[in-house]
Amino acid sequence: MNIPIIEIIDLHKSYTETAVHVHALRGVDLTIEKGEFTAIVGPSGSGKTTMLNIIGGLDRPSSGTIKIRGNDISNLSDNQLIDFRRENIGFVFQSYNLIPVLTAKENVEFVMLLQNRSQEERDARTLELMQAVGLADRMSNRPSELSGGQQQRVAVARALAPKPAFILADEPTANLDSVSTSDLLDLMANLNREEGMTFVFSTHDQRVIDRARRIVLLEDGKIISDERK
Amino acid sequence: MPNILTLARRNVWRNKRRTLITAASILFAVFFGVAMTSIQLGTWSHMVDSVVKYHFGYIQVHQQGFWEEKTIDNSFDPKEVRSQMQNVDGLKSMVPRIESFALASLDTRTKGTLVIGISPELENNFTKMADRIQQGRYLEIGDDGVLVAEGLAEYLQLELGDTLVLISQGYHGINAAGKFPVRGLVHMSSPQLNKQMIYMELTTAQWFYGTGDLVTTLIADVEDADEMTLVEESARSILDQEKYEVMNYKEMLPDLMQARALDIAGGQIILAVLYLIVSFGIFGTLLMMVKERQHEFGILKAIGMKSSQINLMLWLETIAIGIIGCLAGVVVSLPFTIYFNRNPIRLPEEQAEAFESFGVEPVIPTSTDPEIFIIQAIIIFIIISVLSIYPILKINNLQPVKAMRS
Ligand SMILES: Nc1ncnc2c1ncn2[C@@H]1O[C@H](COP(=O)(O)OP(=O)(O)OP(=O)(O)O)[C@@H](O)[C@H]1O
Ligand SMILES: [Mg+2]
Repeated sequence: MNIPIIEIIDLHKSYTETAVHVHALRGVDLTIEKGEFTAIVGPSGSGKTTMLNIIGGLDRPSSGTIKIRGNDISNLSDNQLIDFRRENIGFVFQSYNLIPVLTAKENVEFVMLLQNRSQEERDARTLELMQAVGLADRMSNRPSELSGGQQQRVAVARALAPKPAFILADEPTANLDSVSTSDLLDLMANLNREEGMTFVFSTHDQRVIDRARRIVLLEDGKIISDERK
Repeated sequence: MPNILTLARRNVWRNKRRTLITAASILFAVFFGVAMTSIQLGTWSHMVDSVVKYHFGYIQVHQQGFWEEKTIDNSFDPKEVRSQMQNVDGLKSMVPRIESFALASLDTRTKGTLVIGISPELENNFTKMADRIQQGRYLEIGDDGVLVAEGLAEYLQLELGDTLVLISQGYHGINAAGKFPVRGLVHMSSPQLNKQMIYMELTTAQWFYGTGDLVTTLIADVEDADEMTLVEESARSILDQEKYEVMNYKEMLPDLMQARALDIAGGQIILAVLYLIVSFGIFGTLLMMVKERQHEFGILKAIGMKSSQINLMLWLETIAIGIIGCLAGVVVSLPFTIYFNRNPIRLPEEQAEAFESFGVEPVIPTSTDPEIFIIQAIIIFIIISVLSIYPILKINNLQPVKAMRS
């Protein structure tokens, strides 16, 4: 049997800094295999962002285990987590993903630079990715010169650049119009289908939910349904 | 190529206005720091130099006790000192003088004067006195005439060729009196000395005071002012301290040195306040910058940029602005210091008096000593380096999730 890409066992998360403690995740178990295209859905405040942040190593669980490709990441130090994220996880955030002073090409190249990849490898992969997201002609534009949809596509290209185990996207279409939303979804679905890239994303948008092949429904910090199409 | 250096460079120019405002505040700090220090040090070195070079010299050797009691009876034979000091490195010559007071009169006018016997050649090498002759000529070896300071000549209504009568008490109480033709009028930049100086050839003065070969003072003329301390140390170790006193200009001019130390300390306090104000300004911009860019730092950390790398980037940005500001500050202050070095500011009456009481021409030239620029720039630079610790601490503790929510 293959080792799952993501394995969550009995995950709890409470926010204790606030006056009223919030129990945002109350015992979540979830396994995601390579090549899945999963939407995390649920009402506002149900814990979607909290869960994605923990899966992405951006936040720590209060209890429970989280394994990425079989490695338990709950005990990594902050610096180890940074290295882990860089090598294993691609992120697409809701908006303002890109580094404003870098061009689209440089944004995509940036993580590979942090990984000390060679110039040739970076150039080749950047071009390939920019073509894949359909923005080969916008390589030297800065984020402020791109539309929101284009920025999100560059963000996807950047997330793919280090060849991560999976891509996490917290409401990637929340700030996009419907055309851009469907473009971005097409792009993600293609990458999933053709390259076998694993995607985990959260959304409120019914059109996005319709495109998912697995839908995990969270309510009140618990998974109440999990269906594959 | 988006490496950390290019990233930093682009960030510097991303918010041009903030960069320019920050750099400008650094520029002003450096400029005021340089201008103030330059005026202060320039003024003091002008003071010390005029006093030292026109008259006192850096180091004087006397018979023990002369400085306390400046009488002609405290004269000594310079031979021993000369031969012992012969091989001291950096020593150009030992300039002999015999100094005492005398009453000078011409017709019905009389004035107390300071009559100094000098070796024309050695004295000229040291004080460049021949250049300060305004009328007539400088003294020659064996000259039986005198040089009179302009101010004194004016008081006595004396002209070149007049004969001056000098009366004084000579060695061990003998009477000293003589008539001396005036060979030349000499300009003394110190108004005080200008009112009372008379120069005589050394042997003539020795005859006048009846001291034989004795002198009251030997001034160590050094090759280079930097060698002053070395020569002084040698003199102190070679010469018999029981017999001779070795004095440097600081000991000879304690009032001047004290005034200088006080003035400089006051200046430093003002500068410290200035630095403090500028530091708060720069700190404010850093604070604002970190706050504004939190989201971006969060993204950078999330996608795998280490805190140390982000810190390096921010440090480079801050330091680059610091360097721009410091360099601009130096560039702006250069013409200022050079101009006022060449065209010193002349003091108004009231302040001029203080200078004149030390026997110094009342002007304030700026100093163009490169050290001033370097030190000011370095101080500001250190301040900026210290301030840039703040973003570093911020970044180390920055949680990407929180940062991105902002
Ligand atoms: N830093 C925090 N401190 C305190 N409570 C928090 C914090 N972050 C989230 N929460 C709370 O945890 C719960 C889950 O929040 P989360 O952001 O995960 O929900 P979500 O499903 O992503 O909602 P949305 O659809 O609105 O984005 C909410 O009740 C929220 O108020
Ligand atoms: Mg959310």
